[in-house]
Amino acid sequence: MSLAPALHVVLYEGSGAEPLSADERFGALSTLLEQGYAISRTSVSTVEKPEQGALLVLGKFRATPPATDTGVRFHNLANLAPAQLADLVETARAEADAPRHGAWKPWFPVIDYDRCTNCMQCLSFCLFGVYGVDGEKRIQVQNNDNCKTNCPACSRVCPEAAIMFPKYKAGPINGDLVSDADLAKEKMKVDISALLGGDVYAMLRLRSEKAKSRFSKERDSDKALSERQKCLIKLAAAGDIPPEVLMSLPSPEEIVRRAAEAQAKAAAALAEQ
Amino acid sequence: MSQPLPSILYCHCQYAQVVPKEVKDAVLRRLCESGVAFEAVADLCEMSARRDPALARLASSGAVKIAACFPRAVKGLFHQSGADLPLDGAEVLNMRVQSAEEVGAALLDGVVRPNLPSKHTAPSVATPPSV
Ligand code: SF4
Ligand code: SF4
Repeated sequence: MSLAPALHVVLYEGSGAEPLSADERFGALSTLLEQGYAISRTSVSTVEKPEQGALLVLGKFRATPPATDTGVRFHNLANLAPAQLADLVETARAEADAPRHGAWKPWFPVIDYDRCTNCMQCLSFCLFGVYGVDGEKRIQVQNNDNCKTNCPACSRVCPEAAIMFPKYKAGPINGDLVSDADLAKEKMKVDISALLGGDVYAMLRLRSEKAKSRFSKERDSDKALSERQKCLIKLAAAGDIPPEVLMSLPSPEEIVRRAAEAQAKAAAALAEQ
Repeated sequence: MSQPLPSILYCHCQYAQVVPKEVKDAVLRRLCESGVAFEAVADLCEMSARRDPALARLASSGAVKIAACFPRAVKGLFHQSGADLPLDGAEVLNMRVQSAEEVGAALLDGVVRPNLPSKHTAPSVATPPSV
């Protein structure tokens, strides 16, 4: 995901521009929000250019606005249909070399530092390098885009219910307050050693070996693959880990290697606390 | 001297279906009808992941009222983007659970009722889990 500054849009209704009707405002804002933009709706007559990133000012200007002025783009909104508005903003985004929105579903863990005890269970659990530590050895989400979309697995291992996924369906993972009952729930306290060394991965390993031997006997790769899929889907049904996430797990050997690496990272961070 | 009006931030939660569409549309419409100045963002989660500097600007601009989702999540998203919301100057209205009327009225009443959770204020027993 690009960290380049995004294009910011201003819906301008200050001096030199006609005010919009409520319907026009709502229509323009809805179109732009659906395209992923952030918009300031203003009726003051000065527009502040952000320190970083490009700015597009839209309004029903009485006189023809300058196309650009010191890096700020202007465009007349009058008589634009929603599709034309969407095209116009997309062109301005591309010209400004600002990142495109919507290519990635923003799904990543958010840590509630009021609850987190810095125990490092999440770091040692995650196989995809999402977590790391800062200069003070404090747990941090470092690689948002490595997170597997719709998978809330690491929130299940946090003993403090400190890991949120704001777009998750239910509380407390979605950010709803944490009750004592939530903390007591068995699923909040998944035994990490079982997850890393035991049940799940051992089962995967076993299945994969069986599939491999069958593969060599039958030379039927489709069948071996469907075996593995069946096993993974069963695992997915047991928790709420989406099957496509389990399907994207690396090979059992690689899982063991990455788990050891993550555990070593967590142990080193804990040792320095 | 009277206090400046709090700024208003509206989140459209564009990349998930967790906020009911009718609620977010009704809140946005209410803002559009009111004629007030406000900031509208497509998806706070996405902005937080991108560490968008607009979040830091908002967090440091004084009192703010935010229509989005759970206050605990919004607080965490701002923090993770490198911008902490002011504990004594931010009110988060939750479009996942509150009605559009409630959120719209609170956004526009000009009074901030700070409600971000903190270590000291978070109740140990909260609302029953919605699972
Ligand atoms: S598992 Fe939970 S409490 Fe432990 S470091 Fe991770 S977020 Fe913090
Ligand atoms: S902050 Fe809440 S309302 Fe906004 S995009 Fe994220 S989950 Fe949706």
